[in-house]
Parts: sequence; structure tokens; C-alpha cells
Amino acid sequence: MSIYFDNAATTKPFEECNRAVLRALNEKWGNPSSLHKMGIEAQEVAENSRKAIAAALGCESECVYFTSGATESNNTAILGAAKAHGKRRKKIVTTSVEHPSVSEAMKLLEANGYEIVRVNARSDGEYCFEDFIDAVDDNTCLVSCMLVNNENGLIMPVKKAFNSIKRLYPHIITHTDAVQGFLKIPFKASELNADLISISAHKIHGPKGVGALYIKKDVRISPHIIGGGQENKKRSGTENIPAIAGFGAAVRVNMANANENAAKAQELKSALFRSLMRLDGVSFNSGTEDSSPYIANFSVMGVRSEIMLHYLEEKEIFVSSGSACSKGAKSSVLKGFGLSDDRIDSALRVSFCAENTVGEVKVLCAAIADGIARFRKQ
Amino acid sequence: MKEIVLAKYGEIALKGLNRNTFEDILIKNIRKRLKPYGKFAITKAQSTIYIEPNENITADELIEKLSKVFGIAKLCKSVVAPKDFDEICKITLDYLSETLEYAKTFRVSAKRADKKFPLNSPAICANLGGCILEKYPHLSVSLDNAEVDVIVEIRDTNAYIHAGRIDGAGGLPVGSSGNAMLLLSGGIDSPVAAYMMAKRGIHISAVHFVSPPYTSERARLKVVKLCEKLTGYCGNIMLFCVPFTEIQEAIRDNCPTEYFTIIMRRIMFDIAQRIAKKDECVALITGESVGQVASQTMKAMVCTDAVCHMPVLRPVVGMDKTEIIEIARKIDTFETSVLPYEDCCTVFTPKHPKTKPSLEEIEKGQNAYNFEPLIVQAVENTTSELIQVS
Repeated sequence: MSIYFDNAATTKPFEECNRAVLRALNEKWGNPSSLHKMGIEAQEVAENSRKAIAAALGCESECVYFTSGATESNNTAILGAAKAHGKRRKKIVTTSVEHPSVSEAMKLLEANGYEIVRVNARSDGEYCFEDFIDAVDDNTCLVSCMLVNNENGLIMPVKKAFNSIKRLYPHIITHTDAVQGFLKIPFKASELNADLISISAHKIHGPKGVGALYIKKDVRISPHIIGGGQENKKRSGTENIPAIAGFGAAVRVNMANANENAAKAQELKSALFRSLMRLDGVSFNSGTEDSSPYIANFSVMGVRSEIMLHYLEEKEIFVSSGSACSKGAKSSVLKGFGLSDDRIDSALRVSFCAENTVGEVKVLCAAIADGIARFRKQ
Repeated sequence: MKEIVLAKYGEIALKGLNRNTFEDILIKNIRKRLKPYGKFAITKAQSTIYIEPNENITADELIEKLSKVFGIAKLCKSVVAPKDFDEICKITLDYLSETLEYAKTFRVSAKRADKKFPLNSPAICANLGGCILEKYPHLSVSLDNAEVDVIVEIRDTNAYIHAGRIDGAGGLPVGSSGNAMLLLSGGIDSPVAAYMMAKRGIHISAVHFVSPPYTSERARLKVVKLCEKLTGYCGNIMLFCVPFTEIQEAIRDNCPTEYFTIIMRRIMFDIAQRIAKKDECVALITGESVGQVASQTMKAMVCTDAVCHMPVLRPVVGMDKTEIIEIARKIDTFETSVLPYEDCCTVFTPKHPKTKPSLEEIEKGQNAYNFEPLIVQAVENTTSELIQVS
């Protein structure tokens, strides 16, 4: 049996999700914009999912807009907010450890004359909310900071930073990429004080190709995709009803077990760290406090990530050497956290879901120990 | 109107008594290349191969496919006309109407291969030019710098009319020069080397070394993709994958670090040669370029060639990286080659490799361990996969 420890890359869709997708494909295949009954039924599917997501975010369902995934949500949030609010205010504050769908959007804006301030981690690898407050000013239109880092699981000080920023500069739009936090660590849209929140379905056992952007009521952003005016003119294009149905189903299952799952993940992470501590030359790139229980990152010193990854793959154990989005490229995110090249070169990311077991963690650690014995000669 | 593609060969026409053999190989290659699109009527006459498009493919698409087939010097899309001057005029005006309408200058060239045709070449040009000017009075004749070159070829059975030819891939038909084994790493140079040797008529097989878990499945898939890109030029390629992990680990554990790469390459050549023999290849092909990396110095080549008893063809040996990249872009392998997956050449690379090794030292280093059983085992466990023209 294979062991899947790459749940931050993607997750196995729930049975409930698959059933909902199939049902929508078979029965609710109307165009939700059609005026007739079939359109209304398809629309209903979308609205039910929207309600489920809204409940999970603690907001009203009108604030949830479906997209093709978190990349589009992040692009829309950043480019749309800059377009709507950045005509005179040309400064944007973000971090140096964002996902490429955020950092590349920032680079585009930078090339178009925006001043992008990237807040760095302090020397201990921690982010402090005060650094965000120091970075923003009257001229800032947008602050974007991820909720949970996808490579090391660090929980960023979004809540504190956004609350203070909104108090000092109410005009600044706040955006958080919550892909690795949604239904994994407890948060509500209102308590984060975020105007825009990006989430994705396939990280929570839903289908690929669908995500959502939360847009706070009365917050104005320019649409990124224009056309037929679907999703209240914020995101044109016929809605991906089957995927949206699956998204909603996955959210409902997750919500019912969110706390239990987090406790389970915490148990797995602790078990992993306890076992790894017994091995020589393993350094931990993510902590246990202020860190998502679902993501663990560590370096097996002296063994390059890719070699260990493929070695584990031979044993049907699947982990990641960084973010799956940057196949093979060196992690600039871990560099952003101030790690040395040696540590980045040997970093592994193990990410859990509630279906993983402590037994699997033990198998993993034993395999890593074997790997060290074989490869740490160079 | 019947359109037909004319493929003219260059170098083959210069061959003597075995010219037929070359022609037959070329026609076979054309058929193979077009196999995915069904059956075609293909004939040859007077240094030209005639290919009629069928319902699956247009003449333009046909030319695009054939422009990669070695042995063809020029390609043109032409219309077939009976050998009657009035008909030729009518069909020319009809076939080239759109081209002529939007041009400013033109010229007519004629080639009378069939000397029995009543008008000679200058007369064909003058009369046809007159007809064209009559219908398109806005045109003017320019012999030196014409926008449209109307070419009439009077051949044995028919007349062919077209407005210009495009360059074919040149070279000799693949297979006419025998088989050789390419050492394919996945980098930029080896696909270019394959292209260049295929151009000289060599049929290519390829050998690739895999070292899991040091190298990933993606690295192998990348090599498969490179082969797929090459099939357009080289035809079908048999790809051999050699499991190389144990050998690399044995070199690392038993041989001097600074000789790692050279010894590894000597064993690679040795294995490639053994597979080449089985596959009826008579030479090896590599993408080495003198001085590009530590293992591609002249002295290093002396050390690797010492294990070879077949010739090692190195078509890019005297080229700069930029020149190699230019060809890689032309044959569309560059983007695939630069995908960042580890290949077995970079595993365990020593920090300070020997750039000027002596054969004696290298042999001594390699003889510290008996690699033969591992080599035999690697050859035995080699897998093969036929990458077909798609």
C-alpha cells in the first residue's frame, strides 16, 4: 500500500465529493444562467455550495465568488484590487515567502510602476506583525499576506497585522491567501479583518479546477476575467457546476470533523518530529507552535531532497521536496525564511491528512533512516 | 484542380549506380513519415518525388511534414496541368489568382524537361507572361526581384505550375548510411548531435542511463519527449534505458573522486557499445564539444575513446554552445532539454574533476574495482522502447 504524505500539494477527493460531481454531471448539467428550470436547478447546486463555504468562512454567501482555483483567486484579488484602488496609491505590501500565484502577480505590478515592499522574516525565521505595520503608509493600497505558508506550515501573523493596519489605515485593502489554512486552522473572515480571502477545493479533498475568492461586502475590486457577467460580474464564464458541487460536498465533510482532524494531524506531526529527533543530522524547518499541524518541513543534512524523495518513492511513500508547483526548482520561499543553501538542498516537506496514521509515520521515519545510511556518504 | 507536392532531391541526384537505392530509402521514409495520415500515391521521376495529398491532409500540411525529411532539397506545392499551352495558361491564371491579384511584380520561369514540347523555355515564359499581364494589368515584370516567381515545369507526363519552392531539410535519407547509437543524456547537445548525424543519413538508436533514486522518472520522460521531437527528422527511434545506479555507487565507493566522471563516462561508452552491437549499430554518437565541461577536454576524450572499438561521431565537437542552442531551437528540442530534472551525469559530480587526466591514471583508478559483473547486469536489465513518428 502506498503512503501519501503530500497533502499540501493536493488531497484525495472524498467519496462525497465524487458523488456530488457525478450527480451534477449527470443530472444538473444545465447552464446556471439559463432562464428555464434546468438553469435554475444548476444555479441551485452552486448556491448550496456557496452556502457551505460561507458557513466555513463565517460570512454571508454573497461574499463567496467561485473561481478556477487559488491561482485565479490570488491573481484576481491582487490585480483587481490594484486596478480598483491603486491609481493614486502605488504601494503594495506583501511578504517574501508567498506562493508564486501571489509573488508573480506582484512582479507584474512592479513592472507596471507599483512599489512592492516585501516583508522579510526576522533572523529567527519568524514573522512579526509589527513589521507589516512599519511597512504600510498612506500611500499603500493593498496588503497581501498568506495565512499559512505552504512549504513550512508557519502560521503568519495575519490576524494581528490586518487588525492593526485596518485601525490605522482603513482604506488599505487586505488580502490573505488562505489555501493552506482553510478548514485546517480555525479562522473566520471577520476576525481576520481580511477584505479578500483566497481558497482552493483540491487542498481539502475536493476536485481540482475550482476555488473561491471571498470578497467582503462593499469592497470593490476590478474583475480579472470579463465576459458574460457571471458571479455578480466579478468573474465571467459559465460556472464549473460539477466541480463547485464537489467543492461544497468536501467543505461539509471537513466542517463536521475540522477539530478532530486538526488534533489527528497534530498527533502525526508530533510523532514524526519525535522519531526524526532520534536520527542524526536532521534539522527542523518548521516548528510546533504557530505552525499548521498539517505541514512539517525538515532537512536531512547531507542528502539532497530529490534523492531522498525518489528513494522514498521507490518504497511507495510520497513526500515533497518543496512546493509541488515549482517542479525541481530551488525553493525561494525557504530562502526567504533565512535557511542556508545546504538546508534548502536537503529539505523535505511531509504534509498530512486525517487519513494518515501514526503507523505510516513510523514507516516513513524508518525509510528515512535507511536512506541516510545509504546516501550520506558523499 | 489537382494539387500535388513535388519533393526534389539534391545530393542524391549526384549519386551514381546506387542512386536507386537512395531514392527507394527516401520514398520509404516519406511513406513512414506520412503513415499517421493514411495512404498516399507517391511516384518518382527525373530527380523528383511526386506526392498527392489525400483527404486527411492538405498540401500545406504535407509540405510542413516533409520539410523535416532528410534527403529532400526543395519542396513545392504545385498544380497539375496537361501538356497543352492554352490549358497551362488557363490553369495558371486560375491557380495563382489570389497570389497575383495582391502582388506588384512577377516573373515567369520555365523548365522544359520534355524537349518534345512545341514551345521552348523562353517562348513559354514570354507567352505565359503575356497572358498574366493581360488579366492583371497592374502587375509589372521584374526579372531580378519579383514578388511572385511563376514556375512552369514541363515534365514527362504532365506540366506542373507553382509559385516558388521552400527549402527541404537537405542531407541524405535516414537509413542510407547505416545505424548508430546515440548517447542521449537529456541535455541540449545530444539531440542536436542526433539531428546532425541523421541528416547525413544515419538511422539513430538512443541509449539513456537512469539512476533511480538519484534521477527521477521525470528525467526519463523528458528523454522520451526529446526522442518524440526527433522522430520528425530521424524517423522511429529505439530508446534503450540502462539502469546505472549500482555502477555509479560502485564508482563513488571504489574509485578516486576526481576521476569519477571520466570513469563513469568510460563505462557508459562501454555499455553503449555493447547495446549498439546487439542493435546492429556501427558507431556511437555523442553531443560532446571540446572544452565545454571538464569531461569533454581532448585528454578526457582520449580516455573515453580508449574503451571504444567503434568510431565515436561527435558532430558538435567544434561548435560553440550558442551555435548548438540555435539548432536546438530550430528542431524544437531546446525547451524540453532545459527542464530542470537531475540527469545521471550530474549525480556525484566531483567538486574538482580532473580536466587533464592521463589514461594510465584513469585505468589504474578504474581497475581498483571489477566493474564487469555490474556492466553485464546493467546491459541485461536494459529496457527498450520504440518511439514512433507521431
